[in-house]
Amino acid sequence: MIRYAYLIPFLPLASFFINIAVGKRLPRKGDWLSLATIAAGLLMSIGIFYEVFRAYDPNFRYHVVFPWLTIGDRALFNVGILIDNVTAVMLLVVTIVSTLVHLFSIGYMHGDPRYNRFFAYLSIFSFSMLGLVLAESFLFIYIFWELVGLSSYLLIGFWFEKKSASDAGKKAFIVNRVGDFGFLIGILIIYATCGVLGYDQVFLAIGEGKLAGTLLTLAGIGVFCGAVGKSAQFPLHVWLPDAMEGPTPVSALIHAATMVAAGVYLVGRVYPMFTPDAFLFIAYFGLITLFITASIALAQNDIKKVLAYSTCSQLGYMIMGLGVGGYTAGLAHLTTHAAFKACLFLGSGSVIHAVHSQDIQEMGGLRKKLPITFVTFLIATLAIAGVPGFSGFYSKDMILAAALEFGMRSANPLHMIFFLVALFTAGLTAFYMFRLVILTFFGTPRDHHKYDHAHESPANMWVPLVVLAGLSFSFWYSGWFGTLVQKPKSMANLAAVSAPAPPAHAMEQAAAPEAPAAPAAAPHDAAPAEGAHGAPPAAHAESPGAASHDDPVAQQAHTYAMYSSVGVGTLGIFLAFVVYSFGWINPARVADRLKPLHSFLQNKWYFDELYEATVINGSKAFSRGCAWFDNTVVDGLVNLSAQLGVFLSFLVGKFDNGVVDGAVNGVADAAIGSGSVLRRLQTGKLYHYVFVLAGGALLIFLIKAF
Amino acid sequence: MMTLEKFLVISAALFCCGLYTVMTRRNGVAVLMGVELILNSANINFVAFSHFLSRVMGGQIFAVFVIVLAAAEAAVALAIFLRLFATTGTVEVDTADQLRG
Repeated sequence: MIRYAYLIPFLPLASFFINIAVGKRLPRKGDWLSLATIAAGLLMSIGIFYEVFRAYDPNFRYHVVFPWLTIGDRALFNVGILIDNVTAVMLLVVTIVSTLVHLFSIGYMHGDPRYNRFFAYLSIFSFSMLGLVLAESFLFIYIFWELVGLSSYLLIGFWFEKKSASDAGKKAFIVNRVGDFGFLIGILIIYATCGVLGYDQVFLAIGEGKLAGTLLTLAGIGVFCGAVGKSAQFPLHVWLPDAMEGPTPVSALIHAATMVAAGVYLVGRVYPMFTPDAFLFIAYFGLITLFITASIALAQNDIKKVLAYSTCSQLGYMIMGLGVGGYTAGLAHLTTHAAFKACLFLGSGSVIHAVHSQDIQEMGGLRKKLPITFVTFLIATLAIAGVPGFSGFYSKDMILAAALEFGMRSANPLHMIFFLVALFTAGLTAFYMFRLVILTFFGTPRDHHKYDHAHESPANMWVPLVVLAGLSFSFWYSGWFGTLVQKPKSMANLAAVSAPAPPAHAMEQAAAPEAPAAPAAAPHDAAPAEGAHGAPPAAHAESPGAASHDDPVAQQAHTYAMYSSVGVGTLGIFLAFVVYSFGWINPARVADRLKPLHSFLQNKWYFDELYEATVINGSKAFSRGCAWFDNTVVDGLVNLSAQLGVFLSFLVGKFDNGVVDGAVNGVADAAIGSGSVLRRLQTGKLYHYVFVLAGGALLIFLIKAF
Repeated sequence: MMTLEKFLVISAALFCCGLYTVMTRRNGVAVLMGVELILNSANINFVAFSHFLSRVMGGQIFAVFVIVLAAAEAAVALAIFLRLFATTGTVEVDTADQLRG
């Protein structure tokens, strides 16, 4: 099965071409074709995952490469696929969510005038995303990276008649370009120094020291910039909430489960190339994002906006988790988040489908009208809030544990901030998610007209909800995930290579306050006893995952993180019920009391206004300056040279008419004049000539004689 | 006594006669006669100088050439005059002035 893995992305691509060309004439406008190709991909992904799972090997790798661009004997770029455990999991995640979203869309998009085009776009997105997952080099991940950006743009602006939708599409594309620019710079740094772009080749080259030090940090930050754009991290998170203008299935597929997770996947993919400084950078950006966006989600009233900010916040968790060394934690949260957030988005789609509104203040009491949606939504909410037994608890707990472990190991007490803020935000998450659930489904209906018309969605819409809600329980993930998805092996090797000092010395550095980031690079091989005994760094590399189980610090961190996250989550849920259900605290009064804070949050920390004032107006002012320069200086120069040309031509014309033509005419006139004089000598009388002849001879004779 | 000067005087006289004829006569045949006189005055000069001043017979031989040339010239000129007469009905040289500028 794994041998045919390359087919997985190409089936949706074929579906895209067929649907975009003749989709309108196909029966049912070609929706079955898109669904069938992605379902085939799902089956193959299950097959691949089964093979991977049967092997049950943390170092499982399936790597096929062909030379793509060769010059002489040297292969400049390769094309190929790389499947390891992370890829297998991602393939499964992408194909499951994509298949369910296809299914959901058949109901949700029913009757849309561009129905076939929607499915064609879904297919091109599936192709790009699966290609991105399978890519084995920076070059190809960049190509597919841009392709998912394109399909995201197309789908956000799907209802382009609405100005807000087409604006949101443009905003998403342009903001992503900013991040992609950094990504490109990172890739160019790598290519300029290593001369190769395959992941393995690059890691090997870095291990050989071809790219090291500050430049390596810069390359890592550059690549991370791509993740900042695509995964909607601060400061480029502003596009994601606007992207909710797209159809809700698109929000579930692209802007919750898969594409936005591509940034996290990228960071996980190129994990071995990050230096401690780069990791710290990544962790801080994740931290800032998860806090800011969670606080914004508190004050939003649009059901999809709340979910969008919650997505940003969860992505921040993943990024921070990866940044503090929790490789498994970050990718586990990526996987579990894909399921429960897709469920939440599809659930919100079901609600919107039922009441034709997105404002939660107009809902309420919908649990009686939409029982299936309510139950699945509640399960997913419990998952995101981190209630034990649900998948979000499992993965978020791992992230919190990784953050706490990082803080405990770090000599810099400031680094406890990662755990504390993340923990506080976990409480916020539980609060705003239950606020959403209570306002939507509990209580009494606030808009009776809308309530009366609400109805449960058809089966092809609630089946995906049930499947995704089923995947929101933790027993699906616990156990195997931590074993199969482990920090890449070369990580410890790389840490040993990139650090100039021997391991024992590195420990001293880590203990000194000047080098607070050192543990981030090697949180697992930081056991001082081993380091002191001078064990070779390769020994750590052999058992990167085992250390965290035996390590007392890690266990302690895990225990603390678990209890505190459960406590904070419960507190958040309880507060939400206190405020929005029991009515002990009036939210409007609180909002009124904290007017500045509330409007600050409601206006999303004024990020859009800030960018409007700085970036947009700045570039507008710059453009105006350029236009002025163009109009006055450049055009002036051009006009001046033109006028000079006209003047010069005038002079040349004068010269031409007067001197050159004068000379030519003068020659002719002289010929005419002399001719008319000389013609008189030609009389035709013979004796005249003879006379002249004789006279001339006489003259010569006389001259000679005297 | 036959001296070089006497030959030159005769030659000069003959040349003047020829020149006068060429200058004054309108009849083409008469002009041709004048030309013959001029040529023969030149011949006299050739022979005289050769006889008195040179050891070789260059002058005489040149004179023979001139005579032959004159004969050829007369033949060509008379043929021209015949064509002129056939065209204009006269041999007056003044009438043949079509090439006048």
